[in-house]
Amino acid sequence: MSDLQELYRDMVMDHNRRPRNFRKMDQPTCSLEGYNPLCGDRVIVYVQLEGDRIADIAFQGSGCAISRASASMMTESVKGKRTDEAEGLFQAVRDMLTRPPGSDFDEDKLGDLVILAGVSAFPTRIKCATLSWHALHTALQGQAATVSTE
Amino acid sequence: MTSAKPLATDVTIGLSPAFDVARIREDFPILKQKMHGKPLVYLDNAATSQKPQAVLDALIRYYREYNANVHRGVYAIAEEATARYEEARAAVAAFIGARRPEELVFTRSTTEAINLVAYAWGGANLREGDEVLLTEMEHHSNIVPWQIIAAQKGARLNYLPIDGQGRLALDDLEQRITPRTKLVAVSLMSNVLGTINPVRRIAQAAHEAGALVLVDGAQGVPHLPVDVQDLDCDFLAFSGHKMCGPTGIGALWGRYELLDAMPPFNGGGEMILVVQHDHSTYREPPLKFEAGTPNIADAIAWKTAVDYLGGLGMEPIRAHDRAMVAYALPRLAEVEGITLYGPHDPRERGGAVAFTFGGVHPHDIAQVLDHEGIAIRAGHHCTQPLHRCLQVEATARASFYLYNTFAEVDALVAALRKVRDLFPDES
Repeated sequence: MSDLQELYRDMVMDHNRRPRNFRKMDQPTCSLEGYNPLCGDRVIVYVQLEGDRIADIAFQGSGCAISRASASMMTESVKGKRTDEAEGLFQAVRDMLTRPPGSDFDEDKLGDLVILAGVSAFPTRIKCATLSWHALHTALQGQAATVSTE
Repeated sequence: MTSAKPLATDVTIGLSPAFDVARIREDFPILKQKMHGKPLVYLDNAATSQKPQAVLDALIRYYREYNANVHRGVYAIAEEATARYEEARAAVAAFIGARRPEELVFTRSTTEAINLVAYAWGGANLREGDEVLLTEMEHHSNIVPWQIIAAQKGARLNYLPIDGQGRLALDDLEQRITPRTKLVAVSLMSNVLGTINPVRRIAQAAHEAGALVLVDGAQGVPHLPVDVQDLDCDFLAFSGHKMCGPTGIGALWGRYELLDAMPPFNGGGEMILVVQHDHSTYREPPLKFEAGTPNIADAIAWKTAVDYLGGLGMEPIRAHDRAMVAYALPRLAEVEGITLYGPHDPRERGGAVAFTFGGVHPHDIAQVLDHEGIAIRAGHHCTQPLHRCLQVEATARASFYLYNTFAEVDALVAALRKVRDLFPDES
């Protein structure tokens, strides 16, 4: 398989065409807009928390196939998870995408998200794939900060 | 890689047989490179051009044979470095029709040249309530410096709008230049739309209202015959790397009396006459604006680039650009789902062609094209206000130069069909 086919895997193309949880959430516990000034990719991530569990998550925005598919897959993978588990997934995704070429990563932990592993061969696209994850991470951190000060 | 095939359209669009693209390509070593195993089709010339061997040789010759600082040493190689550096100034100044070399200040880039005017001229001359008139198609480098100085001075920014073909709408130009307008800053050629702007007409209206005119020549100078007397502008900012020269060297041309009246931009060595404990006196232009050791090697190699372009002739280079666009526009338009931006008439535009392709994001277009060995740009091209006007987040852009061929346009069109195969539902 060529690098390009590794990048645009069928599952990525499917998430790009039919993004999951692609909607506005009216009263999220927290939300955050991520923006990549280099290419104009824009994503807003909405999170509904119940205690420390992500009861619902959705996103909106515009961007390339990689950013949109990654956001869509993120919502599926963290829905129902505890915030610390989501944080762990964020780290695992980031490690997978920024690893040295050819090195191993935590496939078991990532599940379907391993489909994005091919992005690591395209340095300019790593930010596309991590944009929604950074938005989620910062949204959850902001929430945690709010919670801790109350 | 084959050169441009003789086509029926060559005759109608006036592609000169004397302009030998195959021969020109031999001068550019990088064009023999492959990208992903395919011949490199370099269509990102609006971002930076490739460099002929002669320019690379000039860089190496300086560092190998007479590397020394300028305007200081009394030894032979220092004198040679100074002579070559000043020769470069004279050559670049003559290339754009300056009356004297002292009107040309070397800078790092077009961006730095515009910042120089914004800070040095704007800092001294803009007052509260004054206006600077820009256009909606300006590059961020001809917007942000004006925003910064306008905020400091309480001045206002206005924008000339564009029409449906990405041309400046100038019907009410005389009303948009008000008695408060102190400067009009306009690009000679848009880096996205390719539009060539009627700078002379704008300058006439500006001067009648007592305003100065700064021209952003980053795109225009590499692609068009440019004469600042003919443009009737007051400042021209441009750079070397889009016109076959090295990166890191640019220039500000300004009318001498304007430069002479402006305060310095950066302070330091080279730009001073006498430094006391509490104040200094400055040299005359251009050295007043060249604090610190300048970019000697790149200035010298820029002259080689100017000589190279001059040898080919800017009229034939312009004709080649026009022929490329005349060839490309109808063929791109045939690709189903494509939207082209900018003027329809090749006579009104240069070699930058921006497009969108249905719902396929420009980044994905560029990624697939990269795999085919084709280098284009995707994004907002440092023109976010323009993209807001066009109501798109981003565009893809192919931009041509003197070494590009019709066969490369065909390769682009074929690759776009591959994009559609990969994104059948989006394109």
